[in-house]
Amino acid sequence: MKKFLIALIGLALVAGTAFAAPVTVEFWHAMTGKNGDMVQAVCDKFNASPEAQKLGFRVSPVYKGSYSDTMNAGIAAFRAGQAPAIIQVYEVGTATMMSAKGAIKPVYKLMAENKEKFDPKVYIPTISSYYSTAKGEMLSMPFNSSTAVMYYNKEAFKKAGLNPDKAPATWPEFFDAAKKLKASGMEGGFTTNWISWIQLENFSAWHNQSFGTKSNGFEGLDTELVFNTPLTLKHFQTMYDLSKDKTFIYGGRENKANPLFTSGQVGMHFESIGGYGNMKATCKFDFGVARLPYYPDVTGAPQNSIIGGASLWVFNGKAAPDYAAVAKFFTFISQPDIQAFWHQQTGYLPITKAAYELTEKQGFYKTSPGMKIAIDQLLNKAPTGNSMGIRFGNFNIIREIEDQTWEDILAGKIGVKEGLDKMAKDGNAKLREFQRLNK
Amino acid sequence: MAKQYEFSSKGLPYLLVLPQMVIVIIFFFWPAAQAVWQSFFLQDPFGGTIIFVGLENYLKLFTDPDYGASFVVSVLFAISVAVSSMGLALFLAIQANKKIRFDSFYKTMLIWPYAVATMVAGVLWLFMFNPNVGVIAWLLQKRLGMEWNHLLNSNQAFLLITIAASWKQIAYNFVFFLAGLQSVPATLVEAAAIDGAGPTKRFWKIIFPLLSPTTFYLLVMNLVYGFFETFPIIHQVTAGGPGKATSVLVYKVWRDGVINLDLGGSSAQSVILMVMVIGLTVFQFRFVERKVNY
Amino acid sequence: MIEHSKFRRYLPHIVLGLSIIIITFPIWLVFVASTRTSAEILSAPMPIFPGSHFLENYNRALLEGAKNLGASAFTMMKNSLIMALGISVGKIVVSLLAAFAIVFFDFRLRKVIFWSIFITLMLPVEVRIMPTYKVISDLGLLNSYWGLILPMIVSATAVFLFRQFFMSVPREIAEASQIDGASPMAFFTEILIPMTRTPIAAMFVIQFIYGWNQYLWPLLITTNTKYYTLLIGINRMLSGADVQIEWQIVMATTLLAMIPPVLVVVIMQKQFVAGMTDTEK
Repeated sequence: MKKFLIALIGLALVAGTAFAAPVTVEFWHAMTGKNGDMVQAVCDKFNASPEAQKLGFRVSPVYKGSYSDTMNAGIAAFRAGQAPAIIQVYEVGTATMMSAKGAIKPVYKLMAENKEKFDPKVYIPTISSYYSTAKGEMLSMPFNSSTAVMYYNKEAFKKAGLNPDKAPATWPEFFDAAKKLKASGMEGGFTTNWISWIQLENFSAWHNQSFGTKSNGFEGLDTELVFNTPLTLKHFQTMYDLSKDKTFIYGGRENKANPLFTSGQVGMHFESIGGYGNMKATCKFDFGVARLPYYPDVTGAPQNSIIGGASLWVFNGKAAPDYAAVAKFFTFISQPDIQAFWHQQTGYLPITKAAYELTEKQGFYKTSPGMKIAIDQLLNKAPTGNSMGIRFGNFNIIREIEDQTWEDILAGKIGVKEGLDKMAKDGNAKLREFQRLNK
Repeated sequence: MAKQYEFSSKGLPYLLVLPQMVIVIIFFFWPAAQAVWQSFFLQDPFGGTIIFVGLENYLKLFTDPDYGASFVVSVLFAISVAVSSMGLALFLAIQANKKIRFDSFYKTMLIWPYAVATMVAGVLWLFMFNPNVGVIAWLLQKRLGMEWNHLLNSNQAFLLITIAASWKQIAYNFVFFLAGLQSVPATLVEAAAIDGAGPTKRFWKIIFPLLSPTTFYLLVMNLVYGFFETFPIIHQVTAGGPGKATSVLVYKVWRDGVINLDLGGSSAQSVILMVMVIGLTVFQFRFVERKVNY
Repeated sequence: MIEHSKFRRYLPHIVLGLSIIIITFPIWLVFVASTRTSAEILSAPMPIFPGSHFLENYNRALLEGAKNLGASAFTMMKNSLIMALGISVGKIVVSLLAAFAIVFFDFRLRKVIFWSIFITLMLPVEVRIMPTYKVISDLGLLNSYWGLILPMIVSATAVFLFRQFFMSVPREIAEASQIDGASPMAFFTEILIPMTRTPIAAMFVIQFIYGWNQYLWPLLITTNTKYYTLLIGINRMLSGADVQIEWQIVMATTLLAMIPPVLVVVIMQKQFVAGMTDTEK
């Protein structure tokens, strides 16, 4: 009897190891609404995939609040030794994550260590470059990338005597159209989201103008803000002047200006392509998507726009099986069909060329032409040092300084030129602080 | 007031305060000590690089005009909230104190806003005053011809957060004022009336002085509320804007620490706030105690 | 009052009635918004009478909660309830003991302990949130009800209230109990606590509301959605990046979240008022 029992136990043990011990890794993210559903869907797909099943891998998505809540939760968790394997960090936090000595595991290392096939070249250049070192080594996995575009109200265009199928291509045409829209009876001509991301960062990149020295910070921590150029001044002065008679209406920070456009109060708006789904859902009028306008007298314009959104970072200090699971997950989500699914469902851009082509073959861009416009804008030209992206430490503080100073400018508390100079000066102080900590 | 009777047990009191003290030490003093410690360093968010900087974080705060402005805004805000919510509550309590029908209905209806979460209150008022789609903003702009844009007008932003913060607090003050009014002996007031004093004179000469302990207590509690507990309102309604016009101290601590990940500076601010709290507590006990216990 | 002019007689009713309308108006709007579609809410101005989408919105709020937030409305309500009850009961018990000791005993560390407890009176959690997280983590209490509750019972509001009340209890009562040969604890449980009914009720209301309305702390220390509270749910709906806020669902959930604390206040209103103000004299 005893021998039989021992044999039975031995058999059970052996049988047990044939099925791999399950490995669950946590994926902290900041996606809500439909996007949050899709995060869950992608993870479910992975968990149900044959390979994940065989290896016993599971990815468990956890919502942790807004982008900054999530990042902060990740940091607090790391300091307490409780970090998740994967965390979604907004583009603004890139420099902070990169400079975190020993806290993160770069993606290219992760994939190599786990023998996963990984070729940075399959990713769309403007997207992968944002998250790579100068040598092209990818530090984080792009996940939800967007770019800035112009939305315009086609019905309002008709009413104002403008061609609804031809959005203004240059800024002079744009301001002209805005004045016409206001004259036709609208509350205002235009508004914008994200004064920092769209009207300063993308503005600079689109005109191949430096936002900061050292390739916008890619080449060193001793970068300085230089966006307060005569061109930017001209642009902001115009917006300020137009705000006086409400041709330009300020709608608040971040994406708070949306209702101004969706409720029909203004005829043109700047927002992320990631908000495309919301526009479709809330606009009761026919709207179009167009490229960002540019100043035609600037050489090199239009160049290409830069991304917004977030990427996935991997924390150090986890066990090897966790990393194996993460590597498999990253391979999984980079597949064209998964990328196409994510892209089409959420409104974020496809991160690989293959996904882009697949989506095009599926005819998706016929029903959602706005998406294609956004991607083409991103791919307009090969990125230069001025348009690869932005890499600043303390970047969210700098954006806050930009928001606050812009509000002071609009309220008349400070002149336009002094305001822009102040943004650069205060921002530079923050960059020096970051440099000091991360030498 | 006669001193309370005291039992003679020697070990028992320590046992009784033990649970409270354990919690206070672990969840107040330990984190507070950590905050003090961290305020002397400059560090990257992950704790990988730590540089000792002595009092630099404090010096930076004291020479930063924004911090001074934040301090002023906080004080103004606390005072505005205290005065408006106390004033309104007193007025309502006076009306509810008269022997009228339905007074318990009125009382119930005025008290329940206290149950609303501060965060929710912030959202509600933001919703109503949103310059683009808010009902009240629309009323002000379209029907009264007023320019309402709290996104750009600091005074309006300040007004909005004051209203949102006071709204909740009126209920709390109302309860206390009503009880205070009800404890004023009716005979005193009637005697004054017989002497020919009109209602206003009766109020200011007799009722208000008798109400002063309540008023003082509420003043302290309201100032504390306005100064420390209104974080969710600022967070939801203005996020410290426009510019930095509504960035009160409590909000700044959170924003610098949690969003901007400046642990050293945020810790220094926390320490300063804690010192102020301690000061206020001492003040409350030294002075309020005396006024109340006659 | 003393004058009996007609105007004077109706004035209070008018004033109070108006005030109630003004004070209740925001909540009315919440209700209206919860019965309309998102497009209706965002068209300026929103109509101020209820729409026709009551059932649809509340259905979604209750059921879809599970989809969007990883936790059903039921789970979140349960957690909010556990937090609220845990905090109120925990705080009351601990504070009663501490206040009893401070008032009714003279012991060497009395002053030190008194001040240590009372300087915690006013510090909001936002100010100490990061260091407290580390402490909770070091104690292994992340993702646990204890971790949710314990840091919230630090502040001395209850000790303060009970102290004030105990100090106003006539000296003779304690003396009398001694003459009868009762131990201090017997005095405490059989005489003092029953006398303290109304302040306890008042504290319960205040702490219940406080605990119910927490969101920042639970969000930080829980990664497991089974610990999510209702307020986290609401907060999550408001902080969408690139996603339009669905105001009608936010409003419906907000109303649902408001019901228990309001019920507590309304039902216990009498004790709440008496308890807060009796000790103030």
